[in-house]
Amino acid sequence: MMAMCLAIPAKVMKVQDGKAQVDFGEGVLREVDVTLVNVKVGDYILVHAGYAIQVLSREEAEETLRLWSEILEAENQLKTK
Amino acid sequence: MFEHLKFRDPVLAKRIVEKIREVAPKSDVVKICHVCGTHEWTITHFGLRSLLPSNVEVIAGPGCPVCVTPASEIDEAVQLAQKGVAVTCFGDVLRVPSSEKSLLDAKAEGADIRVVYSVSDAVKMAEKEPAKEFAFFAIGFETTAPSTAIEVLKKPPKNLSFLVSHRLIPPAMELLLGIGDLHIDGFIAPGHVSTVIGLKAYEIFPKAYRMPTVVAGFEPLDVLFAVYMILKQLKEGVARLENEYVRAVNWEGNIKAQEVMQQAFEVVDGEWRGLGRLPSSAFKLKTQYVNFDACEKFGVHVKHGRDLLPGCQCHLVMIGKIKPTECPLFMKACTPQKPKGACMVSIEGTCRIWAKEAK
Repeated sequence: MMAMCLAIPAKVMKVQDGKAQVDFGEGVLREVDVTLVNVKVGDYILVHAGYAIQVLSREEAEETLRLWSEILEAENQLKTK
Repeated sequence: MFEHLKFRDPVLAKRIVEKIREVAPKSDVVKICHVCGTHEWTITHFGLRSLLPSNVEVIAGPGCPVCVTPASEIDEAVQLAQKGVAVTCFGDVLRVPSSEKSLLDAKAEGADIRVVYSVSDAVKMAEKEPAKEFAFFAIGFETTAPSTAIEVLKKPPKNLSFLVSHRLIPPAMELLLGIGDLHIDGFIAPGHVSTVIGLKAYEIFPKAYRMPTVVAGFEPLDVLFAVYMILKQLKEGVARLENEYVRAVNWEGNIKAQEVMQQAFEVVDGEWRGLGRLPSSAFKLKTQYVNFDACEKFGVHVKHGRDLLPGCQCHLVMIGKIKPTECPLFMKACTPQKPKGACMVSIEGTCRIWAKEAK
């Protein structure tokens, strides 16, 4: 069973001819198709039904958390003023 | 991955809930609609609705690809199988009720129906058994359609054809805005569909409909922040397109994926289960790939199917008009063990998620 709009993150371990060996965090390598993305070893990708659909950005992940904190902090400061 | 980055941090969650309470209107009802089965799972599994003020409602739109697949197209898959074609499909679609029988019923009667994880499995099977005809039942939104497109463009084996049932999300969102008594105040747009189609695909919603629209990820904090961002826009009296899911979604989306879809498919009107025909909401193989069209190849054409069994309210659940618990069949005649409607079959169906995950 799979969730059709769910994509699962995986780490790229090896790339060859449009296919990659990836680790979904289980320690087991699985083959996925990477025709649609430009990836290199060490990248994190979103995989949907055996095909990588996007490369995840670690910087942006950290940026999200920074922005969240900023939203919360900024408004807290307003309150204390 | 990135787990240590605290996307589920309860302290942050508590604080964002406080912020939501600050910006939410005091008594006016606000209705926020998402269109993704995985968002519904996050919201229900983590009990997020119970954290929101009682006048802030989050409703689920038609975001379950299996649920929206019309009976007529499942009938076509069944007929292909009855003609001796090995039909490959995703597991979720097997038990979906159809006009007469589900794919599982047909399988029980001896038809060759095989569950696959990916279209590439169907290609491998067809290559392995060249004397047998195979068809791939290609359902799913813009997240799944690129994988079908890749295999069509790669010249699949001669004995593999496709029943293309892909549907598009933005037209379904437009449909919801056309339903007069639904009164949606903001959209949470689906994160993974958006990795493919990009933020730009939703530009129309703030521009033409003045609808605050936020693309969101699937962690509980992603959804809570999206709710906050929408409420804040409403409070400021503005309608913007915002991206909460920057770690995966950008403005353009995945251009390569968009290109393969454009090469393989043309956009046509499509039937949605229980919702009728929506303009420009489906993909069909382009004429140069007609040899790979399973229905053309085997002369199977079903015009109308029976989308709903008597009493089934899936069509109202799918547009967020009613909650699953308001359907008279919910957990009585219709259960995850014996589903009557598509929304109870799929793991992304709102009824099934409520049956399994609601606390």
